[in-house]
Amino acid sequence: MFHSNHGTRRSAAAVRSSTSGGLEGGGVGSPAASSASEGSSFRPSASTFWLLLHGLCCLISLFLGFRFSRLIFVLLFSNTIYTYTTTTTTTITSTRTETLTVSFPLTHTPPIETAVKPNNSAIELSDKMLNQGSSHSQVVVGRHGIRIRPWPHPDPTEVMRAHQIIVRVQQEQRKWYGVKSPRPLIVITPTYARTFQALHLTGLIHCLRNVPYPVTWIVVEAGGVTNETASLLARSRVQFLHIPFHEKMPVEWAERHLTENRMRLLGLRVIRERNMDGIVLFADDSNVHSLDLFDEIQKVQWMGSVSVGILAHSGGPDRTLLTEDEKLNPPIPVQGPACNSSGHLIGWHTFNSIPYSEKSATFVGESATVLPGKMEWSGFVFNARMIWKEAEEGRPEWVKDLDKIGENGEEIESPLALVNDASFVEPLGDCGKKVMLWWMRVEARADSKFPPGWIIDPPLEIVVPSKRTPWQESDDLAGGKLEQDDRRFTRPKSRSSSKRKNTLPGQDN
Amino acid sequence: MGVKSWILPLLLLQILFGKFGIAELDQHTERISGSAGDVLEDDPVGRLKVFVYELPLKYNKKIVGRDPRCLNHMFAAEIFMHRFLLTSPVRTLNPEEADWFYTPVYTTCDLTPNGLPLPFKSPRVMRSAIQFISTNWPYWNRTEGADHFFLVPHDFGACFHYQEEKAIQRGILPLLKKATLVQTFGQENHVCLKEGSIIIPPYAPPQKMQAHMITPDTPRSIFVYFRGLFYDVGNDPEGGYYARGARASLWENFKNNPLFDISTEHPTTYYEDMQRAVFCLCPLGWAPWSPRLVEGVVFGCIPVIIADDIVLPFADAIPWEEIGVFVAEKDVPNLDTILTNIPIDVILRKQRLLANPSMKQAMLFPQPAQPGDAFHQILNGLARKLPHDKSIYLKPGERTLNWTAGPKGDLKPW
Repeated sequence: MFHSNHGTRRSAAAVRSSTSGGLEGGGVGSPAASSASEGSSFRPSASTFWLLLHGLCCLISLFLGFRFSRLIFVLLFSNTIYTYTTTTTTTITSTRTETLTVSFPLTHTPPIETAVKPNNSAIELSDKMLNQGSSHSQVVVGRHGIRIRPWPHPDPTEVMRAHQIIVRVQQEQRKWYGVKSPRPLIVITPTYARTFQALHLTGLIHCLRNVPYPVTWIVVEAGGVTNETASLLARSRVQFLHIPFHEKMPVEWAERHLTENRMRLLGLRVIRERNMDGIVLFADDSNVHSLDLFDEIQKVQWMGSVSVGILAHSGGPDRTLLTEDEKLNPPIPVQGPACNSSGHLIGWHTFNSIPYSEKSATFVGESATVLPGKMEWSGFVFNARMIWKEAEEGRPEWVKDLDKIGENGEEIESPLALVNDASFVEPLGDCGKKVMLWWMRVEARADSKFPPGWIIDPPLEIVVPSKRTPWQESDDLAGGKLEQDDRRFTRPKSRSSSKRKNTLPGQDN
Repeated sequence: MGVKSWILPLLLLQILFGKFGIAELDQHTERISGSAGDVLEDDPVGRLKVFVYELPLKYNKKIVGRDPRCLNHMFAAEIFMHRFLLTSPVRTLNPEEADWFYTPVYTTCDLTPNGLPLPFKSPRVMRSAIQFISTNWPYWNRTEGADHFFLVPHDFGACFHYQEEKAIQRGILPLLKKATLVQTFGQENHVCLKEGSIIIPPYAPPQKMQAHMITPDTPRSIFVYFRGLFYDVGNDPEGGYYARGARASLWENFKNNPLFDISTEHPTTYYEDMQRAVFCLCPLGWAPWSPRLVEGVVFGCIPVIIADDIVLPFADAIPWEEIGVFVAEKDVPNLDTILTNIPIDVILRKQRLLANPSMKQAMLFPQPAQPGDAFHQILNGLARKLPHDKSIYLKPGERTLNWTAGPKGDLKPW
């Protein structure tokens, strides 16, 4: 920037100084000699002596490549020399340049003489300053060494400390500029033990662990409390409440949605009983959440709504071709609030499920598109005080009492059933424009098996053939059970199994 | 009834917590308490009177007219100070009641094609201006300039040279021996820093910095940040001369360190990156001062000052030791150890002090001027030097200034 452009004028200055350098070298040589023999400049023999000395000094300067006059002064007058070594150069610094008031032309001898006296006085002054000690600046002009430590690489403890500093600084930043007075979160998740549960719950556990607010997780399990879920929750390091739900999860999707709604209501009743405070959020175990969501929902007053991205494609090739209209206005796979230009809620964006209606899945695990409900619960958040029994101060009248909901046995499709007037719902996430969570339903068939706790114990009874097996028998068999040990599981049993090799199933012996 | 009995304590607790929360959060900026901090908010109006000499336009307007780049470079403070004083309430049109006299002469506006100021004519320009005011008004001769102040924002102030050795050789212009100098250069025990000078920050364009602000909740994830030269290959190819070898030492020791984001690039996101960094290095270059200090303060990045014996701007009003980290040039190889060993409370406190808006304001030269900005700090500094000692008024016949001192080239008229 600034200093790099110095080059143009510095080179000009350098040219000028180099031409005067020789003169200076010679000129300074003279005071040293003249101090010894004063008044000698008028004798003619002295002038040739000066000329010779000047020439000699010029030659020496040329040879060394720098003004060695400083060196002379350093050796003669100063008692402090700083020396540093680098890998490339050996450098010597000079003392304060105040001692070297030089640059006078050699052609006029009188000026040399007059210049000598102030020179000497300057030297005396500088000596006095050197002796003053503490007030004297240690900073000198000139070439310095480049200090490099012997092992110029990062030290791991220091790197760790630096990271801890950064973490603390960011914490402070969040405290000042982030959400003021953050409220704790109450997360309600309906779940049940099945093959994909570990996959879904692991993702959700890790998400909740990273939320920077206190989280209470209410896990409602269909079919009662099972060891599967309990073991996953115990390892989660999230504060949780494991609530059993008396029904088992049905196999049909439509039934499953209704059962899940009932499970969520149970969760709400738990909150109501215990008067838990905070913001209630419905996190389905198969949904994926962004951490921004948790910062955004802190803004909710009573009831808010966020946009949910609907990922209904299950990857199957049975997607209908887009119509012309759809190509121009592609359908947005989002469910959420819709606002007018002034930011007020005017309606709801729903997922257009018509293209999928013929091929939607009815059974869990069917390889067809799973459709979401009209309004997913996960898109709504509300203040826990809204469902408290006691009429909270400031609690709006448009909220229905929780006990009255569902008492006639009616099904609750969406959280909008909790309120009398849906227009009071606050649209969050920049009025629904920001999608911070995604709905996705990936499940295996209801009868699919998985190792309990995902621990393979005892070793497999069902063995899987490795591809390149030396045993010839594999060619004779076509799809039946093969009793050849996988190399990974070779054990003392292998001898017995090799015996078993000879007695193949399906072959009577 | 039983429920109500514990709702009340619950509510009380909420109120208490709420109160603490609010008080805590309000204190995310910290005021430097005591004499130093309050001084930043002093209002100079009413405490001093400044008379602005009317110089012929060739000393100011015409110079800027010839090269308007002068309004954007880091030495533009001299121009903006003039404009500020013309319309400021401290200005007086009656020189008899003035405490301070200002000479609007722009000595740092003779630019090379690259935009760098050439100081070769500056002594003559200054001399010519002083000659003008001394012949047309009696106030210079009355005190030989002891109640006059001048802005000399160039590299080495009134030594009028960019090369340190030459600047030291020249020394401060002899005519300015008694005047108060307002300059950016400050180094202890240096020829070019005179007793009683006011050190100011270099000019940084406030609108440009404002345009690159990012939200303060963006987490600071860079530990140490620096962009600039380490070796000045054009002028000092060997290294060791530029920045007294400190910048080269920085590069050699920390180029492989993941905590140090240092390079010579010119990114467009320079200001944004500074706002994402915890520490910003401000090493010396050819001169000890640098605009990085201003940028660090404005963007809340703790400045790490690597310049021995430097005198920082408004040092009597801003407690720089509490805001920045000072590292001796000889300690540069251990910079990572030094920075990681600073206790976290100290770092957080420094960030709180930096977040103080009056601190940022004191470093800037906004147009139009705002209360607490650098213009006002300069006036505060001048006001603190009042009242003038009676001895500055010369008795008739008493003369100390040597009008013919200095190199012969300076004596040529301009």
